[in-house]
Amino acid sequence: MLRQLETSRSIAEAVALCRPEVVCAYPITPQTHIVEGLAEFVREGRLRPCEFLNVESEFAALSVAIGASATGARAYTATASQGLLFMAEAVYNASGLGFPIVMTIGNRAIGAPINIWNDHSDSMALRDAGWMQLFASTAQEAADLHIVAFRLAEELSCPVMVCVDGFVLTHSYEAVDLPVQEQVDAFLPRYEPRQVLDPAIPVSVGAMVGPEAFTEVRYLAHQKQLRALDLLPELSRDFANIFSRPCGALISPYRTDGANTIVVALGSVNGTIQDVVDEMREAGRSIGSISVGCYRPFPMCAVAEATAQASRIVVIDRSLAPGMGGILAADVHMATQSNPVRIFSVIAGLGGRPITRSSLRRVFETAMDDALGQLTFLDLQTELIERHLERERKMWNTGPAAENILYDIQRIAAEIG
Amino acid sequence: MSHRTVKFYQTGTFTVGNRLLPEEDRAVQSGVGRANSLTSGHRACQGCGEALGARCVLDAAMRAAEGNVIVANATGCLEVFSTPYPESSWRVPWIHSLFGNAPSVATGIAAALRAKGRSGVRVIAQGGDGGTTDIGMGCLSGMFERNDDVLYICYDNEAYMNTGVQRSSATPAGARTATTPPVGEHPGHEFGRGKSVPLIAMAHSIPYVATASVAELRDLEYKVTRAMGICGARYIQVHVPCPLGWGSKPQDTIRIARLAIETGLFPLFEAENGKIVERHRIRSPKPVTDYLTQQKRFSHLFNESGSYAVAAIQEIADRNIRDFDLCENICDDHSRLR
Repeated sequence: MLRQLETSRSIAEAVALCRPEVVCAYPITPQTHIVEGLAEFVREGRLRPCEFLNVESEFAALSVAIGASATGARAYTATASQGLLFMAEAVYNASGLGFPIVMTIGNRAIGAPINIWNDHSDSMALRDAGWMQLFASTAQEAADLHIVAFRLAEELSCPVMVCVDGFVLTHSYEAVDLPVQEQVDAFLPRYEPRQVLDPAIPVSVGAMVGPEAFTEVRYLAHQKQLRALDLLPELSRDFANIFSRPCGALISPYRTDGANTIVVALGSVNGTIQDVVDEMREAGRSIGSISVGCYRPFPMCAVAEATAQASRIVVIDRSLAPGMGGILAADVHMATQSNPVRIFSVIAGLGGRPITRSSLRRVFETAMDDALGQLTFLDLQTELIERHLERERKMWNTGPAAENILYDIQRIAAEIG
Repeated sequence: MSHRTVKFYQTGTFTVGNRLLPEEDRAVQSGVGRANSLTSGHRACQGCGEALGARCVLDAAMRAAEGNVIVANATGCLEVFSTPYPESSWRVPWIHSLFGNAPSVATGIAAALRAKGRSGVRVIAQGGDGGTTDIGMGCLSGMFERNDDVLYICYDNEAYMNTGVQRSSATPAGARTATTPPVGEHPGHEFGRGKSVPLIAMAHSIPYVATASVAELRDLEYKVTRAMGICGARYIQVHVPCPLGWGSKPQDTIRIARLAIETGLFPLFEAENGKIVERHRIRSPKPVTDYLTQQKRFSHLFNESGSYAVAAIQEIADRNIRDFDLCENICDDHSRLR
């Protein structure tokens, strides 16, 4: 049934349909609405049996989920931005111990400067933590991927982050088809843990491992992620059979047939990209796009195959590795090493800057004219950069850069009048 | 103390005597049915107070809960010496996650048990003083504030021993550690204001808080058993000498722990809902020098420049005796001790 809902709300509804037994919450914008929704369901008795815990930090939130998952409960939490970094130690721990926790990331920038708006810096910071990372490109996927995530996590005994663009998705209202309980129950079986803390079978979890076996433990973590790549097509088929729609959990190519240029991106910007692809296709340009739904494990073969015919790839990264460039771009590079293809890396939408169709179209056209640089910052205000660099050349004690730039913005606005 | 203190004047030792007692008064450790929760073969040092404390705590808890106990352990000596790959000394379901999150992991275990309707299974979290009074403090306070059904045990050996004896917030003033070396005028660990986690726990008004010592094993077992009979957040801080970090003889662990009690430096008490209800009285307080001279970590205090530090430590002991009302007789004139 289609319902007009805020995506945070539809995520809460989807999570509730997965029957989590322990939900722990620490408020951080923009995921706050999700856990507020779940708190309400638990208080109303709609979600039962389920323990909802308000904890004192993000570090505690994931630690509670670790304890709950170790005791055989289906555990869920949500976070974003600084919160994800605050729990970083527990993030590695949960995957190292192999607990199938599902966590929503309402993707947001990382400070300083403090900024509460959307980009992918947070999940990128933890991309190598051993968690699987699924990226939602639409409000519908944001809800659906949670159902897929619990099944994927529990089949592999490995935690999953569902990454949802903060505000762009979490706070937007869209019509979403929420499944009914019977459908979810048919897709997601009861949680049967591979390891459980039980007085009847006393096991030690979390023992120390030295050089003699650490490599093997890490190798198994890698191998587990590769198994996810084999499993995801099967889960996607099951999902489509039960829910009558694709879940977007691997890659979703869009008008890539015969495309010379292919745009690759994570998350909600794929909607805008697809609009630009439509415009350009109408204008006779040979362009398509790929939305990467599963970022960790990275679907190397699927990306290589889907881009095999292209001569150019433009990768849109909503995050930045300073000193290197685009993070997704580096992964696409690795995946397409044997393809004769040029890769352009575009950094866009940092700290919530809107990614507009006109800017995207301009950058795609430039790439197709082979006039785009290897690394481009979309809509970079070069005048502000120049002013700041000039200030640094002139004086040593320039003070905080962010404050100076804000001052410059006001001054430029005043000059324009 | 509200249980019977056993004194063996006949032999002058504290080690014999279970066989002289009626069955119901014997220690859990003396029974053939003890759980051996932390079994032999682990890699603790000779004379390790923490290993002794942990075994007594968990065996008492196992008896109280009829074997239905799950343990969450913080990173630290206890975790490292008990589970070197591929071995484990634990005969209880046991999880080690991180250094600072044992209280939260335990909360998660308790929540899962509640969701699954397994009310008969009890949860214990445990860690050293570093994992408790420093890095785990946030999670611990959260667990107290929510009154989660967890018994938290802090094995207090007064420094970070696993990493090579660095200072923690539980390190006593004047003690030499690797990060508080006594150089020049510096007395070792500075005289700050200290940090009493039992009092912090009491400030959360949780149902049960106690301090205990490996020198008083029956008392320790009694307090664990009491705590296991209560629901909600509970906290016991157990004083456990560390021969390696304190520079004491392995065979003196119990003797030194007892001196900490008898000098007033480690007061033993029980508190319910934020109020002290019982304390272990000292018949005749011993001077702190008796305690300090047994340990190399204080040896630098016994020269001319260190005498003020010894006096200051005596003042701490005197204040404890006064504040916790520890003196069995009226002992107004503490100066006679010096």
